[in-house]
Amino acid sequence: MARIGVFICHCGENISATVDVVKVAEKAGKLSGVAYSTDYKYMCSDPGQTLIIDAIKEHKLTGIVVAACSPRMHEGTFRKAAEKAGINPYLCEMANIREHVSWVHPKSDATTQKALDIVRTMVAKVKKNTALFPIKVPVTKTALVIGGGIAGIQAALDVANAGHKVIMVEKKPSIGGHMSQLSETFPTLDCSQCILTPRMVEVAQHPNITLHTYAEVESVSGFIGNFDVKIKMKAKSVDMSKCTGCGACWQKCPSKKIPDEFNEGMGFRTAIYSPFPQAVPNKPVIDRLNCTYFTKGGKCGLCKKVCPAGAINYDAVDEFIDVKVGAIITATGFDLKHADYFPEYGYGQFKDVIDGMQFERLASASGPTAGEIRRPSDGKVPEKIVFVACAGSRDKAKGIEYCSKICCMYTAKHAMLYKHKNHEGKAYVFYMDIRATGKDYDEFVRRAIEEDEVQYIRGRVSRIYEKNGKLMVKGVDTLMNSTPVDIEADMVVLATAVVANHDAEPLAQKLHISYNKHKFFAEAHPKLKPVETNTAGIMLAGACQSAKDIPESVSQASASASKAIGLFSSNELTREPIVAVVNRQAPPNFTSCTGCLLCQEVCPYHAIESEEIKDRGGNLIKVAAKVNAGLCQGCGTCVAMCRNKSIDLQGFSNDQMLSEVMALLNT
Amino acid sequence: MSEQFEPKIIAFVCNWCTYAGADLAGTSRTKYATNVSIIRFPCTGRIDFMLLMKAFENGADGIIVSGCHPNDCHYTSGNFHARRRWIVFRSLLDFMGFDTDRITFSWVSAAEGTKWAGLVDEVTEKIREKGPFTEFKQLDLSTLEKIENDAITK
Amino acid sequence: MRIGYYPGCSLEGSSKEYNDSLFAVAERCGITLETIKDWNCCGASAAHNLNHDLALSLPARSLALAASQGFAEMVVPCAACYSRLAGTQNEISNNVAVKTKIEGFIDLKLSAEVKILTVFEFLQKYIFPVADQYIIKKLDQKAACYYGCLYTRPKEIAAVEQIENPMEMDDAMAKAGATPIDWAFKTECCGAGLSVSRTDIVAKLSGRIIEDAVDRGAESIVVACPMCHMNLDMRRPEIKRQLKKELDIPVLFITQALGLSMGIPAFNLGLDKHYVSTDEVINCLAEKEA
Repeated sequence: MARIGVFICHCGENISATVDVVKVAEKAGKLSGVAYSTDYKYMCSDPGQTLIIDAIKEHKLTGIVVAACSPRMHEGTFRKAAEKAGINPYLCEMANIREHVSWVHPKSDATTQKALDIVRTMVAKVKKNTALFPIKVPVTKTALVIGGGIAGIQAALDVANAGHKVIMVEKKPSIGGHMSQLSETFPTLDCSQCILTPRMVEVAQHPNITLHTYAEVESVSGFIGNFDVKIKMKAKSVDMSKCTGCGACWQKCPSKKIPDEFNEGMGFRTAIYSPFPQAVPNKPVIDRLNCTYFTKGGKCGLCKKVCPAGAINYDAVDEFIDVKVGAIITATGFDLKHADYFPEYGYGQFKDVIDGMQFERLASASGPTAGEIRRPSDGKVPEKIVFVACAGSRDKAKGIEYCSKICCMYTAKHAMLYKHKNHEGKAYVFYMDIRATGKDYDEFVRRAIEEDEVQYIRGRVSRIYEKNGKLMVKGVDTLMNSTPVDIEADMVVLATAVVANHDAEPLAQKLHISYNKHKFFAEAHPKLKPVETNTAGIMLAGACQSAKDIPESVSQASASASKAIGLFSSNELTREPIVAVVNRQAPPNFTSCTGCLLCQEVCPYHAIESEEIKDRGGNLIKVAAKVNAGLCQGCGTCVAMCRNKSIDLQGFSNDQMLSEVMALLNT
Repeated sequence: MSEQFEPKIIAFVCNWCTYAGADLAGTSRTKYATNVSIIRFPCTGRIDFMLLMKAFENGADGIIVSGCHPNDCHYTSGNFHARRRWIVFRSLLDFMGFDTDRITFSWVSAAEGTKWAGLVDEVTEKIREKGPFTEFKQLDLSTLEKIENDAITK
Repeated sequence: MRIGYYPGCSLEGSSKEYNDSLFAVAERCGITLETIKDWNCCGASAAHNLNHDLALSLPARSLALAASQGFAEMVVPCAACYSRLAGTQNEISNNVAVKTKIEGFIDLKLSAEVKILTVFEFLQKYIFPVADQYIIKKLDQKAACYYGCLYTRPKEIAAVEQIENPMEMDDAMAKAGATPIDWAFKTECCGAGLSVSRTDIVAKLSGRIIEDAVDRGAESIVVACPMCHMNLDMRRPEIKRQLKKELDIPVLFITQALGLSMGIPAFNLGLDKHYVSTDEVINCLAEKEA
């Protein structure tokens, strides 16, 4: 038997100025099922709430309607009050008679009538409300960090330092990512590896972090707080527990001419290799695709002979491990647009046209030229270098309309590094705009122009071709009346576009996270939820979401770590019970659901699973849909899709919505 | 007839965009016609279009369905489903000879308070001109029951 | 199957040799080209500089006529005409409102889609499949193939596959027994319409093109566009004056080069109509190796 309480708020004069609140309270009291109806000046105030609580207790109310402001304002307030009074908070509804009535209509009978209509509607709804209880989902307090670059490292350290376990998976033999390849970082010209390697070591030594390098995520299933992840540990061919990192193996390895990935193809490495001297772990792996032992049926085997620790194991196979985690942080980083994408610049054709990362390796003390800027073609020191900004970015015809964000800064940095090492050299930068928006960034670019005499030319380069050993750069100076500028350069550095990691799409599909047409992972809301995805429990950090520099990657990593830490702050995850539910009935029906699973197709959150309903003997009766309350966000798209109304949304059920419509129209 | 016909219009709106937009119209004290009453849904994707028919059956003269702009749905894709549903439903109504102009489908974001007010006034006038909705006759349930009973007892 | 032909103003006038050589090659290979009856000027640069509707209407009329005369395909050798016709077809087919408007102006229906073939596509589809038996000589030369600007933009209607480094003429010249060279000025501007108003600029720009070709050892420059030909060939005296160099490298249309390799007499290919003598090319004709 319904005993509904109706509370009409004056809201000072905001409502009572145009709506006859006394009359509404009086008429509401006569509605069927209403046991108590009153009005008060400020319902949300302390005395107002006390009035409600007392009324609930005194009149043994089974549900309440507070006619006041928008539920977006105070639904929470009044639900808490209801809870204090001892009834389920979801038995409280609000009727919006301020934003939708009193504030937008003049004082009139029609306005008062409309307020009453809305109250009547919400009374009809609340009569159909049922008690709902927050959904509890257990949480495994371990985070998975995919990617060992600076973003992944930061996120892992933050979560580990908060006392939780972290599993980090990195597909390369060492962590460090692109930051480990950099020479210096803007705007301070800090040595990149000097600031990075201590963090890398910290990750390797942290008691809470389990590091898997040369490994990839194979599959992911489950949901927030309860992910099941299969990790593929690629065969390293070296037993990490025995290897001491002495380096005897790669010193002796006869395959010395393999293009070095770490040096962006400008140097060589051996088949058994550690990517760089500060690698973590500093133990080599065997590149089986280029190792004589593997490509030529067992020939060579030198490394095994010379290894003092007996760590070489040619028979190692890929292994798979299964882990359970509660949160996943994706920090898979970016790639640079490569080679044959710029035929007009001769990239890939002319050896002395290189990209930004290759220049970093030239400038780096641990690079192929020990930090001296030299032409890849003949090893000579270039006297004139042309830097081309926006190579590929901001170009609809090239298919990359976005700005790559970091190039203006690193181009200035490159020009400065060149000038610091070659005072007499000439550096030219062809640019469209200068995007130097971070702290101390613009000052950095001004320094390049004013102190290091880097010549900035506002215009694009149309073509680069080779003539007599020089690179002929054809550009234009748009600030000087669009005069064509032809430069005979010794070297050209293209600031090529930042693109998503080439493995981004398959990984996103494994994780069920969205990505845009450029394969950058999608954040849940571009403004207000930059580190979460639409998949609860999976966060983003760093350039995998969009091109960004190191400070931003680190910030975002800490932000995503804080989301994980927040998730782990209790043993159970509590969620609002506004979720969909597929009915279950007694045998022989079990459910009216026919298992068409159309709901599953339309759910944006992959929250609907199929459940096999079996009898006691274990025989399959039918397959039906089942909502994972841990994932459901309560949109109700599935409810409208269901052909036979087997799925309903708690809080906005078919019954509730129909009763609202009927009550609104039938006075 | 001295009194002007006042149409009864129901708006089925989503919580995150149009409802918030209507709230904004309120906060801004924008004035508009009293004829439209809002029923709140979490998402336009939740709206079962048969509910619209129930509304017409019970005295509604016009209906507004409004949600987030495409690509802005709080739940990512609910409004796309609502739009597709509307297109199919509208074809069906057209085929049945129903005046589909009595239903207005629109997108109003949380920032578009003025747009909401304008929409309400516009639809109110449109329905006022069309007059009350009388074509839908209440199904004579007693006749149907009699037919059913006859079938069972036979 | 009937193949339509749209010459455009240049092929009936200043670049008659392009027209004649194309027909000679086609005839040799047993292909008949039928000129669209009552075709009109495509508008070239003049129309689209003045009025967008006019720029669409002029090519649209020719397209409508081609369709009504029953042609499914139409060869358009001139790069500018191609650009205007293909561009118009692209714009109209993507926009119903524009289509209706233009149909109103020209008073004809644009119903059937006529496939516009560039000279490259024509050669690829109709000539090369049968050319082996007709190519009886080898054009023993290094050729620099020059594509100019209109064949490489805009992206939606580009006539070549690789817009920064087109290879269509290079492949064709290889079939004729020549050695196409890799060079840097394949798509650099020749000066285009400034040919008359600022011949000095054309001399500079076209001069650079010729210089690079010659520097890399080219013995002929091959083109597929009347404007390119005019600037590289007819403006040679100005080029020589500005560069103060005697540059006598001949400029051939791709159809002329192919025609020579098919043993068609030079006169029939219009090789006498050039400003720069083409004798050297003719002298390079050698017997084709078996």
